[in-house]
Amino acid sequence: MGLETALGHSFLTTRLDAAVNWGRKYSFFQYPFVTACCGMEYMSTFASVYDISRFGAEYPRFSPRQADVLFVVGTVNEKLAPVLKRVYDQMCEPKWVVSFGVCATSGGFYDNYATVQGIDKIIPVDIYIPGCPPRPEAVLDALIKLQQKVAKESVLDRKYR
Amino acid sequence: MSSYLLDTLKARFTDAVLATHAFRGDETAVIRKEALAEAAAFLKKELGFDFLMDLTAADYLPREPRFELVCHFYSSAHNYRLRLKCPVPADDAAVDSLTPLWAGANWFEREVYDMFGIKFNGHPDLRRILMYDGFEGHPLRKDYPLKKRQPRLPHKD
Repeated sequence: MGLETALGHSFLTTRLDAAVNWGRKYSFFQYPFVTACCGMEYMSTFASVYDISRFGAEYPRFSPRQADVLFVVGTVNEKLAPVLKRVYDQMCEPKWVVSFGVCATSGGFYDNYATVQGIDKIIPVDIYIPGCPPRPEAVLDALIKLQQKVAKESVLDRKYR
Repeated sequence: MSSYLLDTLKARFTDAVLATHAFRGDETAVIRKEALAEAAAFLKKELGFDFLMDLTAADYLPREPRFELVCHFYSSAHNYRLRLKCPVPADDAAVDSLTPLWAGANWFEREVYDMFGIKFNGHPDLRRILMYDGFEGHPLRKDYPLKKRQPRLPHKD
């Protein structure tokens, strides 16, 4: 088996992408941008029964500069839109965005003068979670799907998205 | 059925009270907007209404007078409630502020101004409270276009 066989078992070879993505996908630091009732389901996902830390996404970081994944949890209105954009811009690459619930995804039933009809009008989104609000199982499913998505990326990608 | 509150109000403001009605103990007086501040002061000082529970408005387009200001008062000493309503015409959408009487009227009036465009004379700081600077129009007016959006950031697609 290649170099390991020739040089002994003290190291192994892999691709850079595989090693880096392995580290990234099991250590998501989330920034919870919580604006509405979906936050309750987010807290439930976070707490001991569903325990999101089983998937390596242990810490919510309340500074965007320390976060990898932006969870937009709840309704975003036009007044708040510049704040969300600013939080997103403050996050360091690589960064991902999860749209949590129908309000963040499409405005939900708030089809009115005040509400942004989906946060993808403002920032790019990687994973959408449907539901009003989504069950914690759906959130964990989205997290796993995001991990799968990250596993397919290259360290050369996403530099200037 | 006679009502102490409504009878007192009618006796004191004979010309200003346009109508009164009561439904299951909820008493309402419709009053001319010029007399609102005076009537509210009377309620507070003479009848013990120490709490302004709510102040809001409704748009009855195409009725004229178009708007109606609605104030809910409560007396914690007597456990009385009373509602005052004021018809407000579109071409003179301005009412005397109740903020000098109840400090809590401040944000209610800003909200009514923001949503309906009714101005309050004597309000200390009549700015929008819910919508952002640069927002045009008043979104709870019935003639505000249903699908009109005023994004602060340019939207993609």
